[in-house]
Amino acid sequence: MNGFLVKVERFIDIFINQGGYNEVLGGLKNTILIAVSGLIIGIVIGTLIATVRVLPKYSRLSRALDKFCTFYVGLFRGTPMVAQLLVFYYVMLPLIGVKMTSVSVAICVFGLNSGAYISEMMRAGILSVDPGQMEGGRSVGMSYGATMMKIVIPQAIKNILPTLGNEFIALVKETSVVSFIGATDLYVAFNYIGSNSYEFMVPYLVMAIMYIAIVCIISFGIKMMERRLRKGDRQ
Amino acid sequence: MTDSKNKDLIVVDGLCKDFGDNKVLKDISTTIKKGEKVVVIGPSGSGKSTFLRCLNCMEDPTAGKIIFGGENIADMSVDINVHRQKMGMVFQHFNLFANKTVIENIMMAPVYVAKKNIKKQKRDNLLIKLHLKKGEITPVTASMPEIKKQAKEKAVELLKRIGLEEKADAYPSSLSGGQKQRVAIVRSLAMEPDVILFDEPTSALDPEMVGEVLELMKELANQGMTMVVVTHEMGFAKEVGTRIVFMDEGRFVEEAAPEEFFANPKSERAKEFLSKVL
Repeated sequence: MNGFLVKVERFIDIFINQGGYNEVLGGLKNTILIAVSGLIIGIVIGTLIATVRVLPKYSRLSRALDKFCTFYVGLFRGTPMVAQLLVFYYVMLPLIGVKMTSVSVAICVFGLNSGAYISEMMRAGILSVDPGQMEGGRSVGMSYGATMMKIVIPQAIKNILPTLGNEFIALVKETSVVSFIGATDLYVAFNYIGSNSYEFMVPYLVMAIMYIAIVCIISFGIKMMERRLRKGDRQ
Repeated sequence: MTDSKNKDLIVVDGLCKDFGDNKVLKDISTTIKKGEKVVVIGPSGSGKSTFLRCLNCMEDPTAGKIIFGGENIADMSVDINVHRQKMGMVFQHFNLFANKTVIENIMMAPVYVAKKNIKKQKRDNLLIKLHLKKGEITPVTASMPEIKKQAKEKAVELLKRIGLEEKADAYPSSLSGGQKQRVAIVRSLAMEPDVILFDEPTSALDPEMVGEVLELMKELANQGMTMVVVTHEMGFAKEVGTRIVFMDEGRFVEEAAPEEFFANPKSERAKEFLSKVL
C-alpha cells in the first residue's frame, strides 16, 4: 500500500509540477475532437447512404447508387479501424500526394467508418417511421427530399438515438488506436507520462477513469436529448 | 371562362393500375367538374382507394392520363409537387406530422412553397444577371419572417374555424381521432386547394367522433369546394354528394345522382351492395 502511495505521489508530481497536464489536456482535446467530428461526418454520410438505400428503385441511377452504397458499407464494416487508418495514412495519402496532419486523417477515417455503421442504424430508423408520414408530406406538395429531411429523418433520429449513443461511445473509446498514425490522444498522453516516470500503473488507472467519466457525460447528454425529442410522443 | 362552375377540373382518361399481376383499376375514364362532390362507394377491394390515390399520383398509374391544371400529371416528367399543392388529400389515418405541433403541421406546406419560390426567384435573377437567361430581373420583395407571420395568422384562423385554437402548440399525439382528422383537413385547406381528396376519412374514428368530421366536410361542401370522397357513410353520400360512383372489380359500374342511385340502382351488383349496407 505504501508503494502505491509513492507511485501516486510521483504521478501527481509529473502531472502537475512537470506540466504533464498539458499533455493530457492536448490528448483529451484530440480524443474528443476526433470522436465528435467523426460522429458528425458519420451522421451526414450515414443519412445520405440510408436515404439512397430506402429510395424507390425506379431509375438506373438509384440502382447504381444503391450498389455503390452497399459496396461502401461492406468495405468499411469488413476491415478493422486500424487497417483503415494505416491504409489511409501510409498508402492513400502518399499516392494522391496530399499532406494532412494525423489528427485530420483520423477525423476522416472515423467519419467514413462510422458513416457505414450509422447508415444501417439510420435505415432501420427510417423504416420504423410510419409510411403515412411520407404520404402526408407528399400530399401537401412537398418533395421527397424535403419530406425526408423535415419529417421522416427527425423522427428516425429520435427512434435510433439510443443506438446512436452507443456508436458515439464506441467512437470515443476507439480513438485510442490513432496512436498508430502518430496522433496524440488520451492514451498517448498518459503513455508519455508513464514513460517519463518509468511507472505506468497510476497513469493507466487515471486514463481508464477519464474514459469512464467521458462516457458517463455522453450517456447523460443522450438521456437529456432523448427526453427533449420525446415531447411529441404519446404521454 | 364565363361559367367557371362547369369547368372540368380533373379529366381521367383510360386510367389503369396494376400491382404486379393484380389489375386493380381497369380502364377508368371520367371527368370531375369544379364544385362537384363525387362520392365513391363500393365493396372492399373494388379499387376505390387506389382510384383516389391515382388522382394525385400517390400511386403512379400504370396507363392512362390524368389531366389536372392543363397538364397530364400521370406523366413522370411533370413536377407533381406543384399540382399536389392544389390537390389536397385527407387520409384514413390522418398522417399528421408527429414531430410537429398542430400549428406547425398547418404552416409547413405554405412556408415550404413560399421559400422554394423565393429561392427560384433568386436563382432566376442571378442567371439573368449573368446573361445566361433572358428576361427581366424581378426583385424579391417577400421576406421569410413576413411569410411565416402570414402563414401563422392563416393557420390560427383555420384552427379557430374548427374550434381548436387552444391546441395550436399541442402535438398530434395528444389529440383525439376526430380532432386529428379535422386538423388534417385544415392542413390541406391551408394550401387553398382546388379539390380535396378524402380517403375514408371517418373509417378509423370512434363512432362518437365521426359526426364532427362529417360536419366539417359538409361545411366545406356548402362553401363550394370540389371534393372526391371515398367513404362508407351512406348518409353523407346521400346528403352531400352530387354524384355517386359505384365501383366494383376496378371498374365504374354505375354513376348517378344520389337520389336516383339510392332509390333506383340499375346494376345487379349495386342492388346487392345496397341491400347489405342500407
